[in-house]
Amino acid sequence: MVDRHALSDTADVARLQQRGMIIGVAGLVVGAIASILQPDQFLPSWLIGFTFCIGLSMGCLALLMTQHLSGGQWGLVARRVFEAGSRLLPYSVLLFIPIAIFLPKLYLWARPEAVHADEILEHKAPYLNVWFFLIRAAVYFLIWWFCAHNLNRWSVQQDRGELGVTEADTRRFRVISAPGLLAYVLTMSLAAIDWLMSLDPHWYSTIFGFIIVAGQALCALSFSVAILAMLAESAPMSTVLRAGHFHDLGKLMLAFVMLWAYFSFSQFLIIWAGNLPEEIPFYIARLRYGWQYVSLLIVVGHFFLPFLLLLSRDLKRRPRLLARVAWFIVAMRLIDLIWIIAPVFNQDRAFPVSVANVAIPLGLAGVWLYLFAGQLRRRALVPVNDPYFKEMLAHGQPAGH
Amino acid sequence: MAAATVPVYGLLAEFDTPAQLVAAAKRAHAEGYRKMDTFSPFPIEEAWEAIGHHDHRLSLIVLTGGVIGALAGYGLEYWVHAIAYPLNIAGKPLNSWPQFIPVTFEMTILVASLSAVLGMIVLNGLPMPYHPVFNVPRFEHASRDKFFLLVESRDPKFDRQRTLEFLKGLDPSEINEVEP
Repeated sequence: MVDRHALSDTADVARLQQRGMIIGVAGLVVGAIASILQPDQFLPSWLIGFTFCIGLSMGCLALLMTQHLSGGQWGLVARRVFEAGSRLLPYSVLLFIPIAIFLPKLYLWARPEAVHADEILEHKAPYLNVWFFLIRAAVYFLIWWFCAHNLNRWSVQQDRGELGVTEADTRRFRVISAPGLLAYVLTMSLAAIDWLMSLDPHWYSTIFGFIIVAGQALCALSFSVAILAMLAESAPMSTVLRAGHFHDLGKLMLAFVMLWAYFSFSQFLIIWAGNLPEEIPFYIARLRYGWQYVSLLIVVGHFFLPFLLLLSRDLKRRPRLLARVAWFIVAMRLIDLIWIIAPVFNQDRAFPVSVANVAIPLGLAGVWLYLFAGQLRRRALVPVNDPYFKEMLAHGQPAGH
Repeated sequence: MAAATVPVYGLLAEFDTPAQLVAAAKRAHAEGYRKMDTFSPFPIEEAWEAIGHHDHRLSLIVLTGGVIGALAGYGLEYWVHAIAYPLNIAGKPLNSWPQFIPVTFEMTILVASLSAVLGMIVLNGLPMPYHPVFNVPRFEHASRDKFFLLVESRDPKFDRQRTLEFLKGLDPSEINEVEP
Protein backbone atom coordinates (compact mmCIF):
# COMPACT_ATOMS: atom_id res chain seq x y z
CA MET A 1 0.00 0.00 0.00
CA VAL A 2 1.36 3.35 -1.00
CA ASP A 3 0.94 6.40 1.15
CA ARG A 4 -0.30 8.78 -1.51
CA HIS A 5 -0.12 11.82 0.72
CA ALA A 6 3.61 11.44 1.18
CA LEU A 7 4.00 11.15 -2.59
CA SER A 8 1.78 13.98 -3.75
CA ASP A 9 2.66 17.62 -4.04
CA THR A 10 -0.40 19.14 -2.43
CA ALA A 11 0.59 22.82 -2.27
CA ASP A 12 1.63 23.23 -5.91
CA VAL A 13 -1.28 21.20 -7.23
CA ALA A 14 -3.74 23.17 -5.10
CA ARG A 15 -2.37 26.40 -6.59
CA LEU A 16 -2.77 24.92 -10.06
CA GLN A 17 -6.35 23.96 -9.24
CA GLN A 18 -7.10 27.47 -8.04
CA ARG A 19 -5.65 28.98 -11.22
CA GLY A 20 -7.71 26.60 -13.31
CA MET A 21 -10.85 27.72 -11.54
CA ILE A 22 -10.02 31.42 -11.99
CA ILE A 23 -9.32 30.97 -15.72
CA GLY A 24 -12.41 28.83 -16.06
CA VAL A 25 -14.80 31.24 -14.35
CA ALA A 26 -13.30 34.35 -15.97
CA GLY A 27 -13.31 32.75 -19.42
CA LEU A 28 -16.87 31.52 -19.16
CA VAL A 29 -18.20 34.83 -17.78
CA VAL A 30 -16.51 36.86 -20.54
CA GLY A 31 -17.56 34.21 -23.05
CA ALA A 32 -21.18 34.37 -21.91
CA ILE A 33 -21.30 38.16 -22.24
CA ALA A 34 -19.63 38.00 -25.67
CA SER A 35 -22.10 35.30 -26.74
CA ILE A 36 -25.08 37.45 -25.74
CA LEU A 37 -23.71 40.23 -27.94
CA GLN A 38 -22.84 37.85 -30.80
CA PRO A 39 -25.11 34.80 -30.40
CA ASP A 40 -23.92 33.19 -33.64
CA GLN A 41 -20.39 32.97 -32.22
CA PHE A 42 -21.36 30.80 -29.25
CA LEU A 43 -21.42 27.36 -30.92
CA PRO A 44 -18.26 27.84 -33.02
CA SER A 45 -16.45 28.98 -29.87
CA TRP A 46 -17.78 25.99 -27.97
CA LEU A 47 -16.52 23.72 -30.76
CA ILE A 48 -13.05 25.32 -30.46
CA GLY A 49 -13.11 24.72 -26.70
CA PHE A 50 -14.32 21.15 -27.11
CA THR A 51 -11.60 20.40 -29.69
CA PHE A 52 -8.93 21.90 -27.44
CA CYS A 53 -10.05 19.98 -24.32
CA ILE A 54 -10.47 16.65 -26.08
CA GLY A 55 -7.07 17.25 -27.66
CA LEU A 56 -5.47 17.60 -24.24
CA SER A 57 -7.17 14.46 -22.90
CA MET A 58 -6.54 12.37 -25.99
CA GLY A 59 -2.99 13.63 -26.38
CA CYS A 60 -2.35 12.53 -22.79
CA LEU A 61 -3.88 9.11 -23.53
CA ALA A 62 -1.77 8.74 -26.69
CA LEU A 63 1.41 9.66 -24.81
CA LEU A 64 0.46 7.29 -21.98
CA MET A 65 0.07 4.42 -24.46
CA THR A 66 3.29 5.43 -26.23
CA GLN A 67 5.33 5.40 -23.04
CA HIS A 68 3.89 2.02 -22.00
CA LEU A 69 5.13 0.67 -25.33
CA SER A 70 8.44 2.50 -25.62
CA GLY A 71 9.58 2.49 -22.00
CA GLY A 72 12.17 5.08 -21.04
CA GLN A 73 12.51 7.27 -18.00
CA TRP A 74 10.80 10.28 -19.59
CA GLY A 75 7.61 8.24 -19.59
CA LEU A 76 7.97 6.92 -16.05
CA VAL A 77 8.31 10.38 -14.55
CA ALA A 78 5.49 11.82 -16.67
CA ARG A 79 3.09 8.88 -16.41
CA ARG A 80 0.90 10.30 -13.62
CA VAL A 81 0.43 13.54 -15.56
CA PHE A 82 -0.59 11.63 -18.69
CA GLU A 83 -2.94 9.43 -16.65
CA ALA A 84 -4.60 12.36 -14.92
CA GLY A 85 -5.15 14.01 -18.32
CA SER A 86 -6.58 10.84 -19.85
CA ARG A 87 -9.05 10.48 -16.97
CA LEU A 88 -10.70 13.74 -18.08
CA LEU A 89 -12.03 12.12 -21.24
CA PRO A 90 -15.60 12.00 -19.80
CA TYR A 91 -15.50 15.78 -19.20
CA SER A 92 -14.45 16.34 -22.82
CA VAL A 93 -17.23 14.01 -23.98
CA LEU A 94 -19.70 16.03 -21.92
CA LEU A 95 -18.68 19.10 -23.92
CA PHE A 96 -19.77 17.27 -27.06
CA ILE A 97 -23.45 17.28 -26.02
CA PRO A 98 -24.25 20.89 -27.07
CA ILE A 99 -22.55 20.22 -30.39
CA ALA A 100 -24.63 17.08 -30.91
CA ILE A 101 -27.85 18.97 -30.08
CA PHE A 102 -27.16 21.94 -32.34
CA LEU A 103 -25.54 20.12 -35.25
CA PRO A 104 -27.46 21.98 -38.00
CA LYS A 105 -26.28 25.32 -36.63
CA LEU A 106 -22.65 24.28 -37.04
CA TYR A 107 -22.62 22.00 -40.06
CA LEU A 108 -24.03 22.79 -43.47
CA TRP A 109 -24.51 19.10 -44.29
CA ALA A 110 -26.86 18.72 -41.30
CA ARG A 111 -29.40 21.13 -42.85
CA PRO A 112 -31.75 19.18 -45.16
CA GLU A 113 -32.59 22.19 -47.34
CA ALA A 114 -28.87 22.88 -47.95
CA VAL A 115 -28.24 19.23 -48.85
CA HIS A 116 -31.12 19.18 -51.33
CA ALA A 117 -29.84 22.30 -53.01
CA ASP A 118 -26.34 20.90 -53.47
CA GLU A 119 -25.56 17.88 -55.61
CA ILE A 120 -22.18 17.25 -53.97
CA LEU A 121 -23.66 17.29 -50.47
CA GLU A 122 -26.37 14.88 -51.60
CA HIS A 123 -23.65 12.62 -52.90
CA LYS A 124 -21.85 12.79 -49.54
CA ALA A 125 -25.04 12.32 -47.50
CA PRO A 126 -24.61 8.55 -46.90
CA TYR A 127 -21.57 9.43 -44.77
CA LEU A 128 -22.28 12.99 -43.69
CA ASN A 129 -25.70 12.66 -42.06
CA VAL A 130 -26.78 13.37 -38.50
CA TRP A 131 -27.33 9.82 -37.29
CA PHE A 132 -24.22 8.29 -38.74
CA PHE A 133 -22.22 11.27 -37.41
CA LEU A 134 -23.51 10.68 -33.88
CA ILE A 135 -22.98 6.91 -34.07
CA ARG A 136 -19.40 7.42 -35.23
CA ALA A 137 -18.75 9.88 -32.39
CA ALA A 138 -20.15 7.35 -29.89
CA VAL A 139 -17.88 4.62 -31.28
CA TYR A 140 -14.81 6.87 -31.04
CA PHE A 141 -15.63 7.81 -27.44
CA LEU A 142 -16.20 4.17 -26.48
CA ILE A 143 -12.87 3.03 -27.93
CA TRP A 144 -10.98 5.86 -26.22
CA TRP A 145 -12.78 5.38 -22.93
CA PHE A 146 -12.01 1.64 -23.00
CA CYS A 147 -8.26 2.31 -23.34
CA ALA A 148 -8.15 5.15 -20.80
CA HIS A 149 -10.34 3.33 -18.28
CA ASN A 150 -8.38 0.07 -18.27
CA LEU A 151 -4.93 1.65 -18.22
CA ASN A 152 -5.96 3.82 -15.26
CA ARG A 153 -7.74 0.99 -13.43
CA TRP A 154 -4.69 -1.28 -13.67
CA SER A 155 -2.43 1.57 -12.65
CA VAL A 156 -4.46 2.01 -9.43
CA GLN A 157 -4.19 -1.71 -8.76
CA GLN A 158 -0.47 -1.55 -9.44
CA ASP A 159 -0.16 1.14 -6.76
CA ARG A 160 -1.92 -1.17 -4.34
CA GLY A 161 0.53 -3.91 -5.29
CA GLU A 162 -2.20 -6.14 -6.72
CA LEU A 163 -0.87 -6.44 -10.26
CA GLY A 164 1.85 -5.28 -12.60
CA VAL A 165 4.57 -5.47 -9.96
CA THR A 166 6.72 -7.83 -12.03
CA GLU A 167 8.08 -6.98 -15.45
CA ALA A 168 6.21 -9.91 -17.00
CA ASP A 169 2.92 -8.70 -15.53
CA THR A 170 3.27 -5.20 -17.00
CA ARG A 171 2.59 -6.84 -20.38
CA ARG A 172 -1.13 -6.15 -19.93
CA PHE A 173 -0.46 -2.41 -20.30
CA ARG A 174 1.23 -3.02 -23.63
CA VAL A 175 -1.48 -5.38 -24.82
CA ILE A 176 -3.95 -2.48 -24.59
CA SER A 177 -1.53 0.22 -25.70
CA ALA A 178 -0.37 -1.26 -29.01
CA PRO A 179 -3.80 -1.67 -30.63
CA GLY A 180 -5.01 1.35 -28.66
CA LEU A 181 -2.43 3.64 -30.21
CA LEU A 182 -3.26 2.39 -33.69
CA ALA A 183 -6.98 2.82 -33.00
CA TYR A 184 -6.35 6.30 -31.61
CA VAL A 185 -4.59 7.51 -34.76
CA LEU A 186 -7.27 6.07 -37.03
CA THR A 187 -10.30 7.16 -35.00
CA MET A 188 -8.91 10.59 -34.20
CA SER A 189 -8.18 11.09 -37.89
CA LEU A 190 -11.79 10.23 -38.67
CA ALA A 191 -13.01 12.39 -35.79
CA ALA A 192 -11.01 15.34 -37.12
CA ILE A 193 -12.63 14.83 -40.52
CA ASP A 194 -16.09 14.61 -38.91
CA TRP A 195 -15.85 17.47 -36.42
CA LEU A 196 -13.55 19.95 -38.17
CA MET A 197 -13.03 19.20 -41.84
CA SER A 198 -16.77 18.79 -42.50
CA LEU A 199 -17.36 22.38 -41.33
CA ASP A 200 -16.71 23.12 -45.00
CA PRO A 201 -18.23 19.98 -46.51
CA HIS A 202 -16.81 20.67 -49.96
CA TRP A 203 -13.22 20.85 -48.78
CA TYR A 204 -10.99 17.87 -48.24
CA SER A 205 -7.38 17.21 -47.36
CA THR A 206 -6.13 13.68 -46.71
CA ILE A 207 -3.43 14.74 -44.25
CA PHE A 208 -5.79 16.86 -42.13
CA GLY A 209 -6.38 14.11 -39.54
CA PHE A 210 -2.67 13.68 -38.97
CA ILE A 211 -2.21 17.42 -38.44
CA ILE A 212 -4.77 17.23 -35.63
CA VAL A 213 -3.22 14.04 -34.18
CA ALA A 214 0.29 15.55 -34.17
CA GLY A 215 -1.12 18.75 -32.68
CA GLN A 216 -2.81 16.85 -29.86
CA ALA A 217 0.37 14.97 -28.98
CA LEU A 218 2.36 18.22 -29.07
CA CYS A 219 -0.20 20.07 -26.95
CA ALA A 220 -0.45 17.32 -24.31
CA LEU A 221 3.32 16.85 -24.20
CA SER A 222 3.98 20.57 -23.78
CA PHE A 223 1.30 20.80 -21.11
CA SER A 224 2.82 17.84 -19.26
CA VAL A 225 6.30 19.34 -19.42
CA ALA A 226 4.98 22.58 -17.96
CA ILE A 227 3.25 20.66 -15.15
CA LEU A 228 6.38 18.58 -14.47
CA ALA A 229 8.53 21.72 -14.30
CA MET A 230 6.13 23.05 -11.67
CA LEU A 231 6.20 19.78 -9.72
CA ALA A 232 10.01 19.61 -9.93
CA GLU A 233 10.26 22.60 -7.59
CA SER A 234 9.28 20.67 -4.47
CA ALA A 235 9.07 17.19 -2.96
CA PRO A 236 8.47 14.45 -3.97
CA MET A 237 9.20 15.14 -7.64
CA SER A 238 12.28 17.25 -6.87
CA THR A 239 13.99 14.04 -5.77
CA VAL A 240 13.00 12.16 -8.94
CA LEU A 241 13.17 14.66 -11.78
CA ARG A 242 16.58 15.47 -13.23
CA ALA A 243 17.82 17.82 -15.93
CA GLY A 244 18.24 14.76 -18.13
CA HIS A 245 14.50 14.03 -18.01
CA PHE A 246 13.64 17.53 -19.16
CA HIS A 247 16.32 17.24 -21.82
CA ASP A 248 14.62 14.11 -23.19
CA LEU A 249 11.12 15.61 -22.97
CA GLY A 250 12.41 18.77 -24.66
CA LYS A 251 13.83 16.70 -27.51
CA LEU A 252 10.45 15.02 -27.89
CA MET A 253 8.76 18.43 -27.95
CA LEU A 254 11.14 19.53 -30.71
CA ALA A 255 10.31 16.38 -32.68
CA PHE A 256 6.55 17.01 -32.37
CA VAL A 257 6.93 20.68 -33.33
CA MET A 258 8.70 19.50 -36.47
CA LEU A 259 6.18 16.73 -37.13
CA TRP A 260 3.27 19.18 -36.88
CA ALA A 261 5.06 21.66 -39.15
CA TYR A 262 5.85 18.89 -41.63
CA PHE A 263 2.20 17.78 -41.87
CA SER A 264 0.87 21.34 -41.99
CA PHE A 265 3.31 22.46 -44.63
CA SER A 266 2.67 19.34 -46.72
CA GLN A 267 -1.03 20.18 -46.75
CA PHE A 268 -0.33 23.77 -47.73
CA LEU A 269 2.22 22.92 -50.43
CA ILE A 270 0.00 20.34 -52.14
CA ILE A 271 -3.11 22.52 -52.09
CA TRP A 272 -1.19 25.64 -53.12
CA ALA A 273 0.58 23.84 -55.98
CA GLY A 274 -2.59 22.15 -57.20
CA ASN A 275 -4.67 25.33 -56.87
CA LEU A 276 -7.89 23.39 -57.43
CA PRO A 277 -11.24 25.16 -56.92
CA GLU A 278 -12.48 22.59 -54.36
CA GLU A 279 -9.29 22.69 -52.25
CA ILE A 280 -7.86 26.19 -52.36
CA PRO A 281 -10.79 28.04 -50.65
CA PHE A 282 -9.50 26.81 -47.26
CA TYR A 283 -6.34 28.88 -47.64
CA ILE A 284 -7.98 31.78 -49.50
CA ALA A 285 -10.32 32.25 -46.52
CA ARG A 286 -7.32 32.26 -44.17
CA LEU A 287 -5.20 34.67 -46.20
CA ARG A 288 -7.58 37.64 -46.21
CA TYR A 289 -9.96 39.61 -43.95
CA GLY A 290 -7.16 39.91 -41.40
CA TRP A 291 -6.69 36.14 -41.06
CA GLN A 292 -3.37 36.43 -42.91
CA TYR A 293 -1.86 37.92 -39.74
CA VAL A 294 -3.06 34.98 -37.68
CA SER A 295 -1.63 32.65 -40.35
CA LEU A 296 1.71 34.42 -40.11
CA LEU A 297 1.59 34.24 -36.32
CA ILE A 298 1.09 30.47 -36.54
CA VAL A 299 3.98 30.01 -38.99
CA VAL A 300 6.31 31.98 -36.72
CA GLY A 301 4.92 31.05 -33.29
CA HIS A 302 3.94 27.45 -33.88
CA PHE A 303 7.07 26.47 -35.77
CA PHE A 304 10.02 28.85 -36.14
CA LEU A 305 10.18 30.26 -32.62
CA PRO A 306 9.75 27.00 -30.65
CA PHE A 307 11.93 25.16 -33.19
CA LEU A 308 14.85 27.56 -32.81
CA LEU A 309 14.48 27.78 -29.01
CA LEU A 310 14.26 24.00 -28.56
CA LEU A 311 17.47 23.49 -30.53
CA SER A 312 19.35 24.77 -27.49
CA ARG A 313 20.64 22.05 -25.19
CA ASP A 314 20.91 24.42 -22.23
CA LEU A 315 17.30 25.55 -22.56
CA LYS A 316 16.02 21.97 -22.59
CA ARG A 317 17.92 21.23 -19.38
CA ARG A 318 16.41 24.20 -17.52
CA PRO A 319 12.89 23.24 -16.42
CA ARG A 320 11.68 26.81 -15.87
CA LEU A 321 12.74 28.04 -19.29
CA LEU A 322 11.45 24.90 -20.96
CA ALA A 323 8.11 25.36 -19.19
CA ARG A 324 7.75 28.84 -20.67
CA VAL A 325 8.29 27.49 -24.17
CA ALA A 326 5.84 24.69 -23.34
CA TRP A 327 3.06 27.07 -22.20
CA PHE A 328 3.71 29.14 -25.31
CA ILE A 329 3.21 26.06 -27.51
CA VAL A 330 -0.04 25.21 -25.66
CA ALA A 331 -1.27 28.75 -26.41
CA MET A 332 -0.27 28.36 -30.06
CA ARG A 333 -2.24 25.11 -30.23
CA LEU A 334 -5.35 27.03 -29.16
CA ILE A 335 -4.66 29.76 -31.73
CA ASP A 336 -4.19 27.08 -34.40
CA LEU A 337 -7.60 25.57 -33.58
CA ILE A 338 -9.22 29.01 -33.66
CA TRP A 339 -7.56 29.51 -37.06
CA ILE A 340 -9.00 26.22 -38.33
CA ILE A 341 -12.55 26.68 -37.02
CA ALA A 342 -13.39 30.39 -36.69
CA PRO A 343 -12.86 31.55 -40.33
CA VAL A 344 -15.72 29.25 -41.42
CA PHE A 345 -18.09 31.37 -39.33
CA ASN A 346 -16.85 34.95 -39.52
CA GLN A 347 -15.18 35.56 -42.83
CA ASP A 348 -16.55 39.04 -43.35
CA ARG A 349 -15.87 40.54 -39.94
CA ALA A 350 -13.54 43.51 -39.76
CA PHE A 351 -11.54 41.91 -36.98
CA PRO A 352 -11.18 38.19 -37.57
CA VAL A 353 -11.33 36.77 -34.04
CA SER A 354 -14.34 37.51 -31.86
CA VAL A 355 -14.00 37.70 -28.08
CA ALA A 356 -16.07 34.55 -27.58
CA ASN A 357 -13.70 32.56 -29.84
CA VAL A 358 -10.97 33.06 -27.26
CA ALA A 359 -12.91 33.40 -24.00
CA ILE A 360 -15.10 30.29 -24.20
CA PRO A 361 -12.23 27.91 -25.10
CA LEU A 362 -10.14 29.45 -22.29
CA GLY A 363 -13.05 29.00 -19.90
CA LEU A 364 -13.55 25.36 -20.87
CA ALA A 365 -9.80 24.74 -20.70
CA GLY A 366 -9.68 26.40 -17.27
CA VAL A 367 -12.33 23.98 -16.03
CA TRP A 368 -10.31 21.16 -17.59
CA LEU A 369 -7.24 22.37 -15.70
CA TYR A 370 -9.23 22.57 -12.46
CA LEU A 371 -10.44 18.99 -12.90
CA PHE A 372 -6.96 17.88 -13.99
CA ALA A 373 -5.39 19.20 -10.79
CA GLY A 374 -8.06 17.35 -8.82
CA GLN A 375 -7.21 14.13 -10.62
CA LEU A 376 -3.48 14.67 -10.14
CA ARG A 377 -4.04 15.02 -6.40
CA ARG A 378 -5.84 11.72 -6.11
CA ARG A 379 -2.83 9.57 -6.86
CA ALA A 380 0.83 9.36 -5.89
CA LEU A 381 2.94 11.35 -8.35
CA VAL A 382 5.31 8.49 -9.06
CA PRO A 383 4.49 4.90 -10.03
CA VAL A 384 6.36 3.42 -7.06
CA ASN A 385 5.27 -0.16 -7.68
CA ASP A 386 6.20 -0.17 -11.35
CA PRO A 387 9.15 -2.56 -11.74
CA TYR A 388 10.81 -0.26 -14.29
CA PHE A 389 10.48 2.68 -11.91
CA LYS A 390 12.13 0.65 -9.13
CA GLU A 391 14.90 -0.24 -11.55
CA MET A 392 15.34 3.43 -12.44
CA LEU A 393 15.66 4.41 -8.76
CA ALA A 394 18.05 1.53 -8.07
CA HIS A 395 20.38 2.48 -10.91
CA GLY A 396 20.12 6.18 -10.27
CA GLN A 397 21.12 6.88 -13.85
CA PRO A 398 19.42 10.20 -14.43
CA ALA A 399 19.64 10.66 -18.19
CA GLY A 400 17.26 8.23 -19.82
CA HIS A 401 17.71 7.42 -23.48
CA MET B 1 64.31 7.77 -7.89
CA ALA B 2 65.41 7.57 -11.48
CA ALA B 3 61.91 6.98 -12.77
CA ALA B 4 60.73 10.33 -11.47
CA THR B 5 62.95 12.22 -13.90
CA VAL B 6 61.33 10.65 -16.96
CA PRO B 7 58.42 12.87 -18.09
CA VAL B 8 54.97 11.31 -18.02
CA TYR B 9 51.93 12.04 -20.17
CA GLY B 10 49.64 11.73 -17.16
CA LEU B 11 48.19 9.46 -14.53
CA LEU B 12 45.49 6.93 -15.26
CA ALA B 13 43.18 5.79 -12.47
CA GLU B 14 41.07 2.71 -12.99
CA PHE B 15 37.59 2.19 -11.50
CA ASP B 16 35.19 -0.73 -11.44
CA THR B 17 31.86 1.09 -11.82
CA PRO B 18 30.56 4.11 -13.73
CA ALA B 19 29.32 5.67 -10.47
CA GLN B 20 32.85 5.56 -9.01
CA LEU B 21 34.24 7.15 -12.16
CA VAL B 22 31.68 9.97 -12.09
CA ALA B 23 32.29 10.60 -8.38
CA ALA B 24 36.07 10.62 -8.93
CA ALA B 25 35.81 12.94 -11.92
CA LYS B 26 33.63 15.34 -9.94
CA ARG B 27 36.11 15.43 -7.05
CA ALA B 28 39.06 15.93 -9.38
CA HIS B 29 37.23 18.81 -11.06
CA ALA B 30 36.40 20.32 -7.67
CA GLU B 31 40.06 19.94 -6.72
CA GLY B 32 40.95 22.18 -9.66
CA TYR B 33 42.08 19.72 -12.32
CA ARG B 34 40.97 20.68 -15.83
CA LYS B 35 43.06 18.73 -18.36
CA MET B 36 41.27 15.44 -17.78
CA ASP B 37 39.59 12.76 -19.81
CA THR B 38 37.40 9.79 -19.03
CA PHE B 39 37.24 6.45 -20.82
CA SER B 40 34.43 3.93 -20.52
CA PRO B 41 33.01 1.01 -22.52
CA PHE B 42 29.80 2.98 -23.13
CA PRO B 43 29.01 6.71 -23.19
CA ILE B 44 28.38 8.24 -19.76
CA GLU B 45 26.92 11.71 -20.13
CA GLU B 46 27.53 12.51 -16.47
CA ALA B 47 31.24 11.77 -16.68
CA TRP B 48 31.51 14.11 -19.60
CA GLU B 49 29.78 16.81 -17.57
CA ALA B 50 31.78 16.04 -14.42
CA ILE B 51 35.12 16.89 -16.04
CA GLY B 52 33.69 20.27 -16.95
CA HIS B 53 33.34 19.90 -20.68
CA HIS B 54 31.33 22.78 -22.04
CA ASP B 55 32.53 22.68 -25.59
CA HIS B 56 30.04 24.31 -27.93
CA ARG B 57 32.27 24.37 -30.98
CA LEU B 58 30.59 21.39 -32.63
CA SER B 59 27.10 22.87 -32.07
CA LEU B 60 28.24 26.04 -33.82
CA ILE B 61 29.73 24.09 -36.71
CA VAL B 62 26.48 22.14 -37.19
CA LEU B 63 24.38 25.31 -36.99
CA THR B 64 26.61 27.05 -39.53
CA GLY B 65 26.41 24.00 -41.78
CA GLY B 66 22.62 24.00 -41.52
CA VAL B 67 22.35 27.69 -42.40
CA ILE B 68 24.74 27.28 -45.34
CA GLY B 69 22.72 24.27 -46.54
CA ALA B 70 19.46 26.19 -46.31
CA LEU B 71 20.85 29.16 -48.24
CA ALA B 72 22.48 26.89 -50.84
CA GLY B 73 19.28 24.87 -51.32
CA TYR B 74 17.10 27.93 -51.71
CA GLY B 75 19.75 29.65 -53.84
CA LEU B 76 19.94 26.69 -56.19
CA GLU B 77 16.17 26.64 -56.68
CA TYR B 78 16.04 30.39 -57.12
CA TRP B 79 18.84 30.36 -59.65
CA VAL B 80 17.26 27.53 -61.67
CA HIS B 81 13.69 28.87 -61.66
CA ALA B 82 14.11 32.63 -61.62
CA ILE B 83 17.41 33.22 -63.45
CA ALA B 84 18.62 30.29 -65.59
CA TYR B 85 15.31 28.77 -66.78
CA PRO B 86 12.50 31.26 -66.12
CA LEU B 87 9.49 29.15 -67.13
CA ASN B 88 5.87 29.99 -66.39
CA ILE B 89 4.59 26.98 -64.44
CA ALA B 90 0.85 27.00 -63.70
CA GLY B 91 0.86 30.79 -63.70
CA LYS B 92 2.86 30.88 -60.49
CA PRO B 93 5.49 33.56 -59.87
CA LEU B 94 9.06 32.61 -60.81
CA ASN B 95 10.19 32.83 -57.19
CA SER B 96 7.57 30.39 -55.87
CA TRP B 97 8.99 29.89 -52.40
CA PRO B 98 6.62 27.13 -51.18
CA GLN B 99 7.90 24.87 -53.97
CA PHE B 100 11.48 25.53 -52.90
CA ILE B 101 11.03 24.51 -49.26
CA PRO B 102 11.48 20.71 -49.67
CA VAL B 103 14.87 21.13 -51.39
CA THR B 104 15.87 23.84 -48.91
CA PHE B 105 14.95 21.55 -46.02
CA GLU B 106 16.79 18.53 -47.45
CA MET B 107 19.92 20.60 -48.09
CA THR B 108 19.77 21.99 -44.54
CA ILE B 109 19.72 18.48 -43.11
CA LEU B 110 22.37 17.18 -45.50
CA VAL B 111 24.94 19.89 -44.87
CA ALA B 112 24.21 19.97 -41.11
CA SER B 113 24.70 16.19 -40.84
CA LEU B 114 27.91 16.25 -42.88
CA SER B 115 29.20 19.14 -40.73
CA ALA B 116 28.41 17.13 -37.61
CA VAL B 117 30.37 14.07 -38.78
CA LEU B 118 33.32 15.96 -40.27
CA GLY B 119 33.40 18.51 -37.43
CA MET B 120 33.47 15.70 -34.88
CA ILE B 121 36.35 13.99 -36.69
CA VAL B 122 38.39 17.19 -37.05
CA LEU B 123 37.78 18.45 -33.50
CA ASN B 124 38.72 15.06 -32.06
CA GLY B 125 41.95 15.14 -34.03
CA LEU B 126 41.02 11.91 -35.80
CA PRO B 127 42.44 9.80 -37.30
CA MET B 128 44.81 9.36 -34.35
CA PRO B 129 46.77 6.11 -34.69
CA TYR B 130 48.85 6.77 -31.56
CA HIS B 131 47.79 7.91 -28.12
CA PRO B 132 49.93 7.66 -24.97
CA VAL B 133 47.19 5.87 -22.98
CA PHE B 134 47.77 2.81 -25.17
CA ASN B 135 51.10 2.42 -23.34
CA VAL B 136 49.15 1.23 -20.30
CA PRO B 137 48.39 -2.47 -20.91
CA ARG B 138 45.32 -2.33 -18.64
CA PHE B 139 43.79 0.30 -20.92
CA GLU B 140 42.32 -2.33 -23.24
CA HIS B 141 39.72 -2.84 -20.49
CA ALA B 142 38.34 0.61 -21.32
CA SER B 143 36.48 -0.99 -24.20
CA ARG B 144 35.36 -3.92 -22.06
CA ASP B 145 34.60 -3.61 -18.35
CA LYS B 146 36.65 -0.87 -16.64
CA PHE B 147 36.30 2.89 -16.26
CA PHE B 148 39.30 5.21 -16.46
CA LEU B 149 40.07 8.73 -15.38
CA LEU B 150 43.12 10.36 -16.95
CA VAL B 151 44.78 13.45 -15.48
CA GLU B 152 47.18 14.90 -17.99
CA SER B 153 50.57 16.27 -16.97
CA ARG B 154 49.97 19.49 -18.94
CA ASP B 155 47.37 20.47 -16.33
CA PRO B 156 48.86 23.42 -14.40
CA LYS B 157 47.89 21.76 -11.13
CA PHE B 158 49.58 18.49 -12.08
CA ASP B 159 52.30 17.30 -9.71
CA ARG B 160 53.48 13.75 -10.06
CA GLN B 161 53.55 12.97 -6.34
CA ARG B 162 50.65 15.09 -5.12
CA THR B 163 48.34 14.11 -7.97
CA LEU B 164 49.21 10.47 -7.33
CA GLU B 165 48.31 10.88 -3.67
CA PHE B 166 45.09 12.65 -4.59
CA LEU B 167 44.06 9.93 -7.02
CA LYS B 168 44.82 7.25 -4.42
CA GLY B 169 42.36 9.02 -2.17
CA LEU B 170 39.62 8.46 -4.76
CA ASP B 171 39.76 4.73 -4.11
CA PRO B 172 40.66 3.44 -7.60
CA SER B 173 41.37 -0.23 -8.17
CA GLU B 174 44.67 0.68 -9.84
CA ILE B 175 46.75 3.72 -10.86
CA ASN B 176 49.18 3.71 -13.77
CA GLU B 177 51.65 6.26 -15.02
CA VAL B 178 51.17 6.97 -18.71
CA GLU B 179 54.38 7.18 -20.70
CA PRO B 180 54.37 9.83 -23.40
